[in-house]
Amino acid sequence: MLQSGFVNFWRNGTISLSAVLMMIVALFVISSVLFVGALLTSSLNQIKDKVDINIYFVTSAPESDILALQKNLQAMPEVKSVDYVSSDQALQNFKDRHINDQLTIQALAELNQNPLGAVLNVKAKEPSQYEGIASFLQDNNLISKNGAPIVESVNYAKNKVAIDRLTTIISSGQKLGFAITILLVLISILITFNTIRLVIYMSREEISVMKLVGASNMHVRGPFVVTGFMYGAVSALITIIILYPIMFYMRGFTSAFAGVDLLQYYLRHFGEIFVLLVCSGVLIGGISSYLAVKRYLKV
Amino acid sequence: MIHFDKVTKIYPDSSTALDDVSFSIEPKEFVSIVGHSGAGKTTLLKMLMAEEEPTSGKVFFGSTNIHKVKKGELNMLRRRMGAIFQDFRLLSKKNVFENIAFAMEAAGRPQSEIESDVPHVLELVDLSKKIWNFPHQLSGGEKQRVAIARAIVTQPDIIIADEPTGNLDPMNTYEIVQILKKINDLGTTIILTTHNKGVIDSLKRRVITMENGKIIRDDKEGKYNL
Repeated sequence: MLQSGFVNFWRNGTISLSAVLMMIVALFVISSVLFVGALLTSSLNQIKDKVDINIYFVTSAPESDILALQKNLQAMPEVKSVDYVSSDQALQNFKDRHINDQLTIQALAELNQNPLGAVLNVKAKEPSQYEGIASFLQDNNLISKNGAPIVESVNYAKNKVAIDRLTTIISSGQKLGFAITILLVLISILITFNTIRLVIYMSREEISVMKLVGASNMHVRGPFVVTGFMYGAVSALITIIILYPIMFYMRGFTSAFAGVDLLQYYLRHFGEIFVLLVCSGVLIGGISSYLAVKRYLKV
Repeated sequence: MIHFDKVTKIYPDSSTALDDVSFSIEPKEFVSIVGHSGAGKTTLLKMLMAEEEPTSGKVFFGSTNIHKVKKGELNMLRRRMGAIFQDFRLLSKKNVFENIAFAMEAAGRPQSEIESDVPHVLELVDLSKKIWNFPHQLSGGEKQRVAIARAIVTQPDIIIADEPTGNLDPMNTYEIVQILKKINDLGTTIILTTHNKGVIDSLKRRVITMENGKIIRDDKEGKYNL
């Protein structure tokens, strides 16, 4: 059965070639869905990473209170990270940023004390969680032990509109991406199925002869399914080989655009991609053949 | 051995292919079925192979009702029949050896038996030299001899030959008929349908004559009479 499956594949040269080509297109779609998904995720992550809430403290706020608040925030499950920038550090950052702006530096020097308070930069795991963090900050009266307020301002209200909009964009982007993925994968499976159906349609006479000679369904079907496996395996291998130069060519573009080096991604996930393509190729090929032969077995 | 019991076949387009046909065939008989195109000869053979279901009536192979057996048993039943067709119906992607071996593989015969029996049966039909050729490299007569080899290699109880000489010239026709006769002499029942007057007249065996789905004559040692 194995042997005649292999022999079928080899002797039906042009037919096998066309089936393999169609399957390469299908597998290519599946793998590009994978890569586009990776690009989308990483660019969304980049955008997400730029969102944060800043808590500005008054200059008189004691450092111990600030660190206590940092601890409390870090304990919240939705918080990804809390960076503490002390007022000295804030001043240094400010000076660095305005190093070419003599006027500002001079004005700063006129002041005898550091006008900048400390800052906590809070990053949530998901953009939608900022609201919760902001309300946490509101609910806890942020007052130091001596009764004076320590927080000067929280910039959540200012960023709220932008954060909300981003949250919607990201979640609808992910939903759309998922829907498109499913659609493309379905289409490519259908294309492959139809190609294999055509291939087997051409063998329908032979199938009826096999049945009339007294072959069991399994005996007739086996070699076709093996050939289907081979279509899948061969096209998966070719697809994987073709992907390399394409990734190489795309790497500059994608790292500039989305911050992902696709070639690196491809090489790092080579094992998974290999298994995914070979498995989906072999499965689609085998199942398509199995189903396509079925209708001609009723002799 | 084979018994048709009041078999009627009406196709979906309401044309009647067989009309209340009853007859029996004994073991080791050589029966020819003659009739014009559309007389119902091919339908009769399709009934026997269980390719078609009768509208009414029963067909028996031994004591088995052919149209009442289960799927798996049908395969077993078909392995006891060897079929030969006008259009040969060889597997075009397989060479001569593989075409014949396929019937044996289908019957679950071991590889060693296949390797010894296939050359033997090819010798019987005088095609030993073409064992590795593909069907498209063979003449019509050669293809039909491969088909015969395929039909007999599993040593069936009966050979069903549907106009096997329909596409052949007189020389090849003669050879095919001689081979069928030889198979019959070795003890296999043969059912042959044909248009060929010369074949029937030279055989001098039982002839069933059909017209419009009915049997109009059944002669022990018949002639072509239409």
